[in-house]
Amino acid sequence: MQDFLEFRSISKGYPGVQALSDVSFAVRKGAVHGLMGENGAGKSTLIRVLSGDQSADQGEIRIDGEVQHYRSVRDAFHAGVIVIHQELQLVPELTVAENLWLGHFPGKGGVIDQRKLIGVVSQKLAEIGIDVDPTAKVASLSIGERQMVEIAKAVMLDARVIALDEPTSSLSSRESEILFALIDRLRANGTVILYVSHRLDEIFRLCDSLTVLRDGKLAAHHPDISEVTRDQIISEMVGREIANIWGWRGRSFGAERLRVESIAGPKLKFPLSFSVRRGEIVGFFGLIGAGRSEMARLVYGADARSQGSVSVDGAAVPADSPPKSIRAGIVLCPEDRKFDGIVQGRSIEENMTISSRRHFSPFGIINPKKESELADKFIAKLRVRTPSRRQDIVNLSGGNQQKVILGRWLSEEGIKVLIIDEPTRGIDVGAKSEIYEILYGLAEQGMAIVVVSSELPEVMGIADRIIVMCEGRLAADMPRADFDERRILAAALPDIKNGKDLPLTQVR
Amino acid sequence: MTHLKKILLGEQGLVVIFAVAFVIVSLTVPNFLSERNMLGLLQSVVTIGIIACTMMFCLASRDFDLSVGSTVAFSGMVAVMASNASGSILLGLLAAVLCGAVVGTINGVVIARFRINALITTLATMQIVRGFALIASDGRAVGINDPGFYQLALSRFLGVPTPIWVMGLFFIVFGFVLNRTVFGKNTLAIGGNPEASRLAGVDVARMRIWIFALQGIVCAVAGVLLASRITSGQPNAATGLELSVISACVLGGVSLAGGRAAMTGVIVGVLIMGIAENAMNLLNIQAFYQYVVRGLILLLAVLLDNLRSVAGRQRV
Repeated sequence: MQDFLEFRSISKGYPGVQALSDVSFAVRKGAVHGLMGENGAGKSTLIRVLSGDQSADQGEIRIDGEVQHYRSVRDAFHAGVIVIHQELQLVPELTVAENLWLGHFPGKGGVIDQRKLIGVVSQKLAEIGIDVDPTAKVASLSIGERQMVEIAKAVMLDARVIALDEPTSSLSSRESEILFALIDRLRANGTVILYVSHRLDEIFRLCDSLTVLRDGKLAAHHPDISEVTRDQIISEMVGREIANIWGWRGRSFGAERLRVESIAGPKLKFPLSFSVRRGEIVGFFGLIGAGRSEMARLVYGADARSQGSVSVDGAAVPADSPPKSIRAGIVLCPEDRKFDGIVQGRSIEENMTISSRRHFSPFGIINPKKESELADKFIAKLRVRTPSRRQDIVNLSGGNQQKVILGRWLSEEGIKVLIIDEPTRGIDVGAKSEIYEILYGLAEQGMAIVVVSSELPEVMGIADRIIVMCEGRLAADMPRADFDERRILAAALPDIKNGKDLPLTQVR
Repeated sequence: MTHLKKILLGEQGLVVIFAVAFVIVSLTVPNFLSERNMLGLLQSVVTIGIIACTMMFCLASRDFDLSVGSTVAFSGMVAVMASNASGSILLGLLAAVLCGAVVGTINGVVIARFRINALITTLATMQIVRGFALIASDGRAVGINDPGFYQLALSRFLGVPTPIWVMGLFFIVFGFVLNRTVFGKNTLAIGGNPEASRLAGVDVARMRIWIFALQGIVCAVAGVLLASRITSGQPNAATGLELSVISACVLGGVSLAGGRAAMTGVIVGVLIMGIAENAMNLLNIQAFYQYVVRGLILLLAVLLDNLRSVAGRQRV
C-alpha cells in the first residue's frame, strides 16, 4: 500500500535546543504507527508540528501526496489531522453529544436541533463501537470513557490522521483493552494512527510499523514491526543496551520505622494497617480505583484522616498537615507531578528548596548563597540534567522533574519515610533506572520507602515486599521470595477474588 | 523590528517603555521636570504606591482584593475619629491599623478557610466596609481637631514630604520581603501551583490569611496619610482606588494568574500611572478624558503582558 502520511526532513529548533533535525519517515494508509523515544527525544515536538500547534523550521508534511501548509491547529483540523493529548480537551459540563458537536451545532437560527444532536452521535458511537450514553455529562464519565469520546470526536470530524499521545497512561488495563479494540476498528476503516507510547507491550500489540527517535533524530524506522525485537527497540531508544532496568539488590532491614494503624478517610472507607521497616522498600500495587494513591495521601496527611494513627519510629504523626508530617520525617512525591508536584514558572532551585529553606532562613530571611549551594549539591547528586539551577522547572523532562522533587525532600534533614506515588510515570527508560538507584541508596541508609505504582513489572522489579490493594482494602501482602505475577494480579482483580480456583496469600 | 521586539518583550521591557515615556513627557510638557512638579507627582501616587506593595503579594498568590479603597476610607475615618475622641494621635493611628488588620484578616479567613472566591468575598467586604465608614460619620466629612495630625502628610525630611519617604520605605521593605524571605518565595510558589505548594509543606491557608491581613494594615497606613493630606476623614475617599492599584500592578508585570511579580515592575507601573495623570493635568486636559486614557494604558499593559508570555512560551 502507498504512503499516506509523510514527514520529509522535518527540523525544528528552539533557542538552545535542536528538538528535531532532519526527521523523515512515512506511514501507510490504514496503519497504526508507533512513535517511541525517551523523553526529550522529539516525539512531542513532532506531534506539535503535525498538529499545527508549531510550525517546522524546515521540511514538509504530506498527506495523501499533498503538501500541507497549515499554520494553526485549525488548519490541521481541516486537513483531517487530529491530535489527542494526554490532557483531554472536553468540556466537562456539557454532554457527550454536545461535546461532539461543539463548534458546529446542528440547527437553525441558533436553536439547536436536539434530535439531530443526539441521533447522529448515537449512530456514530454505535458505528465505531463506543458504549457511552450520548446524553451523559462528560464530567460523569471515567477517564477511559472520556478518551473514547475524544476519539469519537475525531471520527466525527472525518479525521484522516489521528495521533494519540500516551493514551493509556491513566487507563486501567480493562479500559486499555477497549481502547485497543477501538483502534483496531479505526485501522480497518483506513485511518492512519500515530501512536506515542512508552509501553513496549502496547506497541507490539497494536502497531504495524514503528519509528524510534533519539535526541531529535531518526534512530530507526521499521516498516514492519514483526521484524524487530523488544531489546532492539530499547537499545535504539537509549543508544545502548540496558540489560536489567530494575537493578534490585538485597538489603538487610532494621527495626519497624513506619506504622500505620487502621487509617481511613473520606475516599478510603475501610480501615487500613501496615508497617514498613528501616531499609525496606514496600510496593503498593492495585488497579485504578483500588485506593493506592488515597492511602498514600492519607498517610502523608495531604487529606485529613477520619480515624487511625500513623507513627514514625514510635512517635505519632499529626493527622492532616503536610508541614507537620515533614517535620515528623514523612514525605510524599505525589502521583501527578504536574498538578501536585512542581510549581510551574519557578526555578529548579526554588522548587527544590521550597520546604528545606526554613532550615537556613533565620526570621524567614533567606540566605541566597546557602540556597544555591544546596540546589547545586542536589542537582549534582541526583544528576538533574539542566544548564542551570535557575531554569524554570517546566522546561525539564519528566524524569528530571521527579529528581527535583526527590531533591526537595532529600534536602530536608532527617527524612525517615519516603512515599513515592508512580515514581516513573511518563519517564524514559534511562531516567527510570537512575530513580530506582536513588531509591535503593536511600533504603540502604535506613529510610523506609513506600512505592505506589500501577505498573506491575515496576513493583515486582524494585520492591522487597508487595502489598496489593483491591477496592479500598488490603488484598495481599507478600515478600519478594513469593512474588508471582499471576497471584498478585489475582489479588488485585475484584472479580476473580471471590472465585475459589486461585490460591491467595493470606492478608496479614 | 525583531530587535525592538526583543527589548520591549524582555525582562526590562517595561523599564525601557517607562524611560522613553519619561523623556518624551519631560521634553514636551512644560514644567514637568521642575522639582515642585516631581514632588507633586510622587505625592499623588503615594496611596496607590503604598497599597500596590501588598496588592502585588495578593495577585502573585492568585488572589484578588477589591476592598482596599473602602478600607483606606474607613481606616482614615477611624484614625480621625479616634484621635479626636481620645486626644492622642498615636491612639488614632493604632485604632486605624487595628481596623485595617481586622478587615484584612476577615477577608483572608473567609477566602482561605471557607474557600470563598476572593473576588466575591472582597466585593462584599468592599461594600460592608464602605458602609461602616458612612455609618460612623453619618455620611459627612469629619474634621481633624489636632493640627499635629496634619503634620503626618505636611512634614518634610530633607525637603521631601514624609508620605513619599513612607512609600519609598515600603517599596524597599516589600521588595526585600518578596525576593529574600520565605514569605515572599512561598507567595510566588502558591501563585505558581497552590496544591503542589501545599503538598510541599507550605501552609497555604495561613499564608493567604497573612497576605490579606498585611494588605489591610498597609491600607490603614495609606488611609491615615490620605486623611492627613486632605485634613479630614472622608467617607467617600478613595473610591475606585482598587482598580487603579490593580492596574498599576498589572502594568508592572504582575501576572493575574499568579506566580510572577517584581517590585521594580510595580514601582514603574505606579509611576507610569502617576506620570500619565500628571502630564494630563499640566496640559489642562479635562479630567473626564483621563479615565479614557487610564483605561487605554491598562489595556496596552495587558496586551504587552500577553505578548510577553506568548514569546516566553515559544522559547520553551
